[in-house]
Amino acid sequence: MSINRRDFLKKAGVITALGLGGAITLDAFEVLEPLKAADFTSPEDLTGKRWALVIDMSKLTQTDIDEVIASCHDLHNVPDMGNPKDEIKWIWTDTYEHVFPGIENHYLDETTEKMPFLTLCNHCDKPPCVRVCPTKATFRREDGVVGMDMHRCIGCRFCMAACPYGARSFNYWDPTPHIKEINPDYPRRSKGVVEKCNLCMDRIDQGLEPACVEKSKGAIVFGNLSDPDSAVRKLLSSNFSIRRKPELGTQPSVYYLIGGEERA
Amino acid sequence: MSKGGKTIGGLLIFLVIAIMPFLYNMGKADAKPVIDTDTPKIQELGATECIESTEYMRENHMQLLLEWRDSVVRDGKTTYINSQGKEFEMSLQESCLSCHNDTPQTVYYTAETANQGDNQFCYSCHDYASVEPDCWSCHAGPREAVK
Repeated sequence: MSINRRDFLKKAGVITALGLGGAITLDAFEVLEPLKAADFTSPEDLTGKRWALVIDMSKLTQTDIDEVIASCHDLHNVPDMGNPKDEIKWIWTDTYEHVFPGIENHYLDETTEKMPFLTLCNHCDKPPCVRVCPTKATFRREDGVVGMDMHRCIGCRFCMAACPYGARSFNYWDPTPHIKEINPDYPRRSKGVVEKCNLCMDRIDQGLEPACVEKSKGAIVFGNLSDPDSAVRKLLSSNFSIRRKPELGTQPSVYYLIGGEERA
Repeated sequence: MSKGGKTIGGLLIFLVIAIMPFLYNMGKADAKPVIDTDTPKIQELGATECIESTEYMRENHMQLLLEWRDSVVRDGKTTYINSQGKEFEMSLQESCLSCHNDTPQTVYYTAETANQGDNQFCYSCHDYASVEPDCWSCHAGPREAVK
């Protein structure tokens, strides 16, 4: 039984279309399926909470900000790499224009324009970094904390591309020699992993507030958004607040009070 | 047949080269690791029992550490209840290294100090099995008590 070239190509084409096409269509459906609850861990103790920060910019002086940043970076062994390209940052400052692009005005008052806005990981409700992480090294806990398991990070930096807030830094070099004083109670990082603020989740689990809140002299308030009587909810219901890039739908959980005056 | 002789000779030479490493190491069996849990540090603590039985730990410590890691990092659960119902904090630094620690001089473990053999408990077996633990590239061991 012989087969000519034309028939062979036809049959091969049909088989390829069935096999490959079938597999690709199935894969696509799988990707489009919404993230299941099982993708995020759901321990009982963490449910029913939604941790958030409210940053009152009017109460923060430059000294406070320096202290807050230093305490966070000292606690978490964040290295000082000495140049902006390799910089590792968990909490840092930027201008209004950069922190809130899209709502900057031409004739912004000078105070706001020059103010160093404290900014950190927003611990989003729908974190893009979690969706893109191929190893699930980055995850969202039920209590809203977006954390990282450094053991699983392969350094692909998809999360850095996905994060709209620039909250993630990559260790291009071994950070250990660049840490001023190593805090042995917190792990360091190795070369080749991404890192970011983890909302001090280990401190939260011990019933403590994040380090930045503790050092901010009341300017940063930490609390549970799910509890209507929490400090954060009270602040948010009596003040005008803004969040970073809300139009992206990531639902950040870091709120900013700009005026600082009670309005209600 | 002269060609056959060359072939056989060549094969013999190859065989000798191939088994050379085995011949070289014959009779020099690597010393088996000796683990000493009767260290001053452990005596000081007074605790002579690990969180699980020695056999269990020997076989499963790597799996246990992974489970601890996932539980602490992802679920925020930090208490381990062992087969006897006793509670332990799930922490490499606090629970494991507070006993398995032989560092009189170093303040904390780093990759460098670890290679000096000052934490023989982990390294005596791991060196023997040629499996290098990379824990110390990030985690510090327990601190020396402040004097």
